[in-house]
Amino acid sequence: MYLVIISTLLALTGITVFAAFVDLGRFNIVVALLIATIKATLVVLIFMHAKYAPERTKLVIIAGVFWLALLLFMTLSDYASRVDYRGVRYPISQIISHSIEHRI
Amino acid sequence: MRTQTTGPVPQLPEKHYLNATYGIRSWLLTTDHKRIALLYLASVTFFFFIGGFFAMMIRLHLLTPNGYLLTPDQYNRMFTMHGVTMVFFFLIPSIPAILGNFLIPIMIGAKDLAFPKINLLSWYIYIIGGLFTLWSMINGGLDTGWTFYTPFSTLYSNSAVAPAVVGVFITGFSSILTGLNFLVTVHTMRAPGMTWFRLPLFVWAHYATSIVMILGTPVIAITLGLAAMERVFGLGFFNPAMGGDPILFQHLFWFYSHPAVYIMILPAMGVISELIPTFARKRLFGYHFVAAASLAIAVIGFVVWTHHMFLTGQSTYAAVAFSFLTFIVAIPSAIKTFNWTATLFGGSISFDTPMLYAFGFLGLFMIGGLTGLFLGALGVDINIHDTYFVVAHFHYIMVGGAVMGYLGGLHFWWPKITGRMYPEWLARIAAFILFIGFNFTFFPQFILGIMGMPRRYHTYPPEFQIYNVMSTAGASILAVGYLLPMVYLTWAAFYGKVAGDNPWPATGLEWTTQSPPLTENFEVTPVVTWEAYDFHNRPDLGLDVPSGKGSPGVVAPAHGDD
Amino acid sequence: MHRTGALFGQFKTLEQQKDTATLGMWIFLVTEVMFFGGIMLAYTINRHTYFHAFAMGSNTLSLGLGGFNTVVLLASSFTMAMAVWSSQTSRKKLITLFLSLTILLGFVFFVVKYVEYAQKFHHHLVPGKSFDIFYCVNNPTKCEDIDAADMAKEKEELEVAAKADPDLNAHAQLYYSAYFGMTGLHALHMVIGAGLLFWLLKESVAGKFNAEWNNPVDIVGLYWHFVDIVWIYLFPLLYLIDRHK
Repeated sequence: MYLVIISTLLALTGITVFAAFVDLGRFNIVVALLIATIKATLVVLIFMHAKYAPERTKLVIIAGVFWLALLLFMTLSDYASRVDYRGVRYPISQIISHSIEHRI
Repeated sequence: MRTQTTGPVPQLPEKHYLNATYGIRSWLLTTDHKRIALLYLASVTFFFFIGGFFAMMIRLHLLTPNGYLLTPDQYNRMFTMHGVTMVFFFLIPSIPAILGNFLIPIMIGAKDLAFPKINLLSWYIYIIGGLFTLWSMINGGLDTGWTFYTPFSTLYSNSAVAPAVVGVFITGFSSILTGLNFLVTVHTMRAPGMTWFRLPLFVWAHYATSIVMILGTPVIAITLGLAAMERVFGLGFFNPAMGGDPILFQHLFWFYSHPAVYIMILPAMGVISELIPTFARKRLFGYHFVAAASLAIAVIGFVVWTHHMFLTGQSTYAAVAFSFLTFIVAIPSAIKTFNWTATLFGGSISFDTPMLYAFGFLGLFMIGGLTGLFLGALGVDINIHDTYFVVAHFHYIMVGGAVMGYLGGLHFWWPKITGRMYPEWLARIAAFILFIGFNFTFFPQFILGIMGMPRRYHTYPPEFQIYNVMSTAGASILAVGYLLPMVYLTWAAFYGKVAGDNPWPATGLEWTTQSPPLTENFEVTPVVTWEAYDFHNRPDLGLDVPSGKGSPGVVAPAHGDD
Repeated sequence: MHRTGALFGQFKTLEQQKDTATLGMWIFLVTEVMFFGGIMLAYTINRHTYFHAFAMGSNTLSLGLGGFNTVVLLASSFTMAMAVWSSQTSRKKLITLFLSLTILLGFVFFVVKYVEYAQKFHHHLVPGKSFDIFYCVNNPTKCEDIDAADMAKEKEELEVAAKADPDLNAHAQLYYSAYFGMTGLHALHMVIGAGLLFWLLKESVAGKFNAEWNNPVDIVGLYWHFVDIVWIYLFPLLYLIDRHK
């Protein structure tokens, strides 16, 4: 079983590198993170035995990931909604400044 | 009126955790959670004195508008070190590391925490972190504010920033390990029959606190780590010259530091949840709601941090969202306050010292909490941000709330910890002095804040002097209120009247053990078949409990004869 | 609290002890997630704001070395999982073998990391006073380890990036702050892990682990896998920014 997983992990690594050389524009990072997350999930479920762990362990893992998401997304929401952050226009901020300009 | 349990005068038990082994090594290398709690008591009290000294310097300097006591630079160092010491070395560890460590295993019927050696390691880490911070103080101190805002702290401050930051970083691990210990202990070490909803609310409060410690403290660790690396090695995340962003520091800092205030208040709320049923001789009203509210505070407390940053150029939309969430987080605290008050209704109330502290908590926490809502309202915050209103608000919660809870708990469990009772009348007088001193110190600060006096300023316009003088006068009374318990509690530990197993009397597993407890807490592991706070079903306590409204119709099985 | 055999005094059964230790390690790993999360946040914000500088920085990293290190760490996770399995099935010799392999692979990782770091120092790519992203392009003789074709490519990329971002040199320092910060923290965790593995190796040689008592192998395994997961994320985030040019 572990051999299957390690082979999959190595294959996915190869795919990540290959995908990096394909121009997907802003989706490059999405693809890279997606593949990384699949790899991480395999490690957590199989190598770390989370699949066979009690419910409580699964709750701990989900809580950890959720809190990380909280940290990232809520902080980014502040940056994203600042109308002019260092000359970089986040997509949400452009919607906001558009609405302000056109008084929507 | 408290009914005295009649019977023979109690004697100290022959063998207990204090006399089980002798010598300094048996204390410094102990893994007994009760001894570790006392180690923490000594070190936390030490840091409280240091923080108190800095507070005294601040208040003395502010007696006059153009203070003559300190230079502006020295003043900056005073308020910074007051904040750092009090927040990281007193408020965050106090109740969890002292009362939590001592009581949680006993309250759940276990012999010790899940990881006793890690518990001891926690204390050593606390000490090492404290030493680093003391080193910073000796080397001229820190002048960045306890919030370490960049780029001042990383690039421009000429004070001993690095050792202080390292000290706080290290102490954070003490917090993390304590939280980890508590979480695992409550999950895996409960005695048979001790289901989740039979746990004392003190345990629930510490469980919620531990969740916050686990999820929040690592973030301040990395934040301070990055700040230290910037100051020492030149990494650039917070350095505008490199394109870094000081606001990022604020986000990372407050992501922890807001939940940190819940680390400081939740354990105190847990203490109050024990005191009020005991001294009203009545089950806590709405046990499930209070337990759920503790968890809700812990979770919701993580999504409100940006209310410390309303004036940093946020967009209105983000600000409104966080303001809304700030109002939401007040709800579970209010639920708890309502439940405590409802517990008092129809109860048989006595005014022993711990109860005096509980009453103090109820009133002062309410004021502190409500003024927090003022600050959470965007329009109001624009005017009172960074004024003494904020200072008064958080001192009402931290001192009026957390410290009242801490002292109330210390008094309540002192007979269990030491086997001896403190002098009741002196303690009541001290509680009153503390309450009066506290209000004289901090209520004028609300007024100062509304009038516009900024915080962290070493001078102020002359028209504010009357309130500053009032505040300093109050502080000197408050100091007496603190010193008295330190003296008489220490005295009582050696010469107080022997208390017996259950002097109050109270429900709870800790009161079924001897005072002081055995090293292994229980000779036989208890099997729990009763609910928490079951005053209505304990004829053995000798209480004259009203059996009308207030007590439930269901009669739980009697216990004590298993 | 004294120990009777493998059972510590505060526990009632070995199962309770194992359950407790495992839960403890998982909760500790959650704290590590939040710890790395903070620096991930810093990375995310700065990558979005200074994309060109980050892309430039990423392209100066050796994809070959980074990819090799990823393979090494994944393999070490495999050997670690095998070590845990061996301890659960009381195969004492295999425990020692797999632990040794894991340590060896970790050591290989460090060597490669050292080579990479040394290269960065040599090329003036460490944040601080002497940082200069144009150093190698302006002084090709000082950077002999970059061959002519790569040097030309780098020069071209630098010109494009500098046009898009006039303050490239300042902002590139943020990328390298992220690089050294994240890989440095990761390496520190690996050092701690290696120390734990050495201790495990010693205990396994003494024959301490079997199907009844294998807690330490299990929980160090959890820690080691976590460190691997951090690298699984670090690799694309640091090495694979905008590589398709």
